[in-house]
Amino acid sequence: MSDRIEKRIELKAPVLRVWKALTDYQQFGEWFRVNLDGPFVAGQVARGHMTYPGYEHLKWEAVVQAIEPEHLFSYTWHPYAVDPNFDYSKEPPTLVEFRLEKTAKGTLLLLTESGFDKIPIARRDEALRKNDGGWTQQIKNIEAHLEKHP
Amino acid sequence: MRSIRSQTMHQRRANAPVFAALGDGTRLWLLARLSGGSRFSISQLTEGSKLTRQAITKHLRVLERVEVVRSIRSGRESLFQFNPAPIAEIKQYLDQVSAQWDDALARLKSFVED
Repeated sequence: MSDRIEKRIELKAPVLRVWKALTDYQQFGEWFRVNLDGPFVAGQVARGHMTYPGYEHLKWEAVVQAIEPEHLFSYTWHPYAVDPNFDYSKEPPTLVEFRLEKTAKGTLLLLTESGFDKIPIARRDEALRKNDGGWTQQIKNIEAHLEKHP
Repeated sequence: MRSIRSQTMHQRRANAPVFAALGDGTRLWLLARLSGGSRFSISQLTEGSKLTRQAITKHLRVLERVEVVRSIRSGRESLFQFNPAPIAEIKQYLDQVSAQWDDALARLKSFVED
């Protein structure tokens, strides 16, 4: 287990096509299933409503961080903030990053969502250096325990 | 989407502090020892480390606050025990967010490849 989510997906489409699907707010809305009020602008809040069947009452909100054409699109948000009565703004947001790389067959999309622990990277690295066994090994130990004692 | 609903609502309040408590080398080391299932006193946990009793106690209290560790009174001292539930919950939460991304990326794939 780690404190981030990472996905790699190979898309049989040119980088520019994928870039538009990610950053054109209407195209993004199509596949993400959200109806956004306006275009993505770096540093600004993007707002809209979910269009996922059964979840149309839910607001969608993100703060756009980076728009580096055909390379990086990122935003911070509260993942799956599905309780309309809960104020998610007090929770630490996570960072979603879409990175694109050209490949022989099309485009490699690397998605990461990080920050679930809200610990600044610098502090975490220091903590890891002090930890002889390493974070990964410790988590493996804990997971092994969980499997034995569900 | 439906399956994540009730659980996410319940857990959004508790996940970040658990992650934060785990983001420390000493606390992970303590958890690794405790996750074997045995109960340890503060003295026993201090013996195997380079830290002071006070430092170990402080870290155990952080873990106890997020319920990853429980203390049980035994005579004049406290014994500490691993409680796997909060970690199992954050793992499940991450698995759910991860599954939502799989769905969204599959929709993106058909969107750009059509």
